[in-house]
Amino acid sequence: MSWSALATAPPQQATPVDPARPEATRTAYRDRLLALLPTDPRLICLDTDTGLFGPDQVAAAGRQYLDLGIAEHNLMGIAAGLAASGRMPFVNTMAAFAATRALEAVKIDIAYNALPVRIMATHGGLAAGHLGPTHQALEDLAVMRALPGMTVLVPADAAQAAAFVDRSLDLPGPLYVRLGRKATPALPPGTPPPVPGRAQTLRRGRDAVLAACGPYPVQACLAAAAELAVEGVECTVLNVHTLRPFDTAALVEAADHSGLVVTVEEHWRSGGLGGAVAEALAEAAPARVLRIGMPDTFTDTVGGHEHLLAHYGITPARVADTVRGALGLGPAPTTD
Amino acid sequence: MTAPTAVLPCSAEELAATARRVREHVVDMCAGPEGGHLGGAFSSTEILTALYFAVLNTDPADPADPDRDRFVLSKGHAAVGLYAVLAERGYLPTAELADYGRPGTRLMGHPVRAVPGVEMPTGSLGHGLALACGFALGQRLDGRSARSFVLMGDGELQEGSVWESAIAAASLRLDNLVAVIDRNGLQLTGPTDGKAPMEQLAERWRSFGWAVRETDGHDPAALVGHLGSAPWEPGRPSLLICRTVKGRGVPFLEGRPAAHYVTLSARNHARARAALRADSGTAARAATVTAGTVVAGRPA
Repeated sequence: MSWSALATAPPQQATPVDPARPEATRTAYRDRLLALLPTDPRLICLDTDTGLFGPDQVAAAGRQYLDLGIAEHNLMGIAAGLAASGRMPFVNTMAAFAATRALEAVKIDIAYNALPVRIMATHGGLAAGHLGPTHQALEDLAVMRALPGMTVLVPADAAQAAAFVDRSLDLPGPLYVRLGRKATPALPPGTPPPVPGRAQTLRRGRDAVLAACGPYPVQACLAAAAELAVEGVECTVLNVHTLRPFDTAALVEAADHSGLVVTVEEHWRSGGLGGAVAEALAEAAPARVLRIGMPDTFTDTVGGHEHLLAHYGITPARVADTVRGALGLGPAPTTD
Repeated sequence: MTAPTAVLPCSAEELAATARRVREHVVDMCAGPEGGHLGGAFSSTEILTALYFAVLNTDPADPADPDRDRFVLSKGHAAVGLYAVLAERGYLPTAELADYGRPGTRLMGHPVRAVPGVEMPTGSLGHGLALACGFALGQRLDGRSARSFVLMGDGELQEGSVWESAIAAASLRLDNLVAVIDRNGLQLTGPTDGKAPMEQLAERWRSFGWAVRETDGHDPAALVGHLGSAPWEPGRPSLLICRTVKGRGVPFLEGRPAAHYVTLSARNHARARAALRADSGTAARAATVTAGTVVAGRPA
């Protein structure tokens, strides 16, 4: 299915993930893929000793699952060969390894050939927590967004991860899907399924636009918007789950009302969501863009996912203070 | 070890004659505006010719046949040789070879899929073996009897990704995979063994779980015999190490690192053409001697 056809396709049915229960996006992906494997002989899951699939899941997948061992370049090359033979490989690795160690194979073997490989990248952003900078991925969105033809998706909760697995069967070319590690909060009940390529409006307001990707940044924006609303400041909250192709129109429309956009992401502040928003608005409809993300450093403290988010200021309070400062209702904002 | 079973569809003399025409095309391309990777194309000329004319089950009239054998030129810089072989085999007009390296054409310095017969674009070294593993795995999953072939350079073996895939191919028991190493002993700036010694190369690959043979990489009959009869051991991928000479066929370039990339002047173009004409007589006589023993084909 082409991107233009997708834009007019009706939303698909919500996938059977309990929206009230926190769940990891990576296990939601795994479970949805396992359900789909018997329905589509094109599908095959290639693993790299990630442990995401336990013995029961490996047995259930049967011939449609292969663990190729700890060799991510080899993984991407084999996936490309299979995809060029008519299959649709879902490859499991960590975001850090997909976006850097295996990047040349992703670029040349997969993206250059526009092959339908689905790169399912766990431990995105700071999700690796105490495992440290070797396992954290704070550049993956910038890297993948730079590759022609690559679709870049960041589900904001488990249900969205499962929905993207469904939709991926119809998307053209390669996909990079950034997943997490541990359970993360679900979006509010009633949130409709995401449509790849179209930013999702979770709340509307005239004073500022809060644009985020990934579970915790989106939750931070929703919480900040609720807090600001009490003070009479109304924010639009956009879940920008697709970084490529980028929904410039949605950003332009939302920014048109307020002229202020705050981006929030688990990513170094260059090249990710903040970069995409700044690029799009600078060309289409200049607005003030303030980017909240990981400061220009490797993590230098031990802590779990949420601890690191708090430590580096990817929080509801930081989002709210940034809006207040930009609107002259508080100290001037800093994003470093 | 499985014995070859089928008769060569074209004679060793014909293969030698084809290889000579391929070298003439390459010399002509390397006299064009950009020059080309002549040395590695000439060390692999007989390998590519044997593959496309006597081993691979492929049809230029039906290049997308799902039952076809697959070939990946992992040493993508030998593109001029591949283009010449594909043209001789009928995938593109031989007249188009004059386009090589010229603006607006499709004959790029490294293979691109826009050229009929090219399965995968290559150029950065250390990619082809994984791609061929993917093709071989796909053929097996589909229940097809087809095979996948890949040609690597010996300098390329310095790339770590090669060894990732060497492990994977044996682990997956891909006996429909055949890898070939063009062991010309030279890389861009000097002898390969001077950069990274590869002693006991065959033993290294055997220790990874491969079935390994070695041969003269300029002997069409031997090449067809070995490549045609793979797999040599059930459950193991096959590796043919081909002893070759960089720049083979043009004496003033043979065995010289400078042959890696050349832009031939008009004078040297004429010298190279003359050398190939003189060499063809020698090659034809040698081929006649072995023609009666040449066999190839798939195991029964």
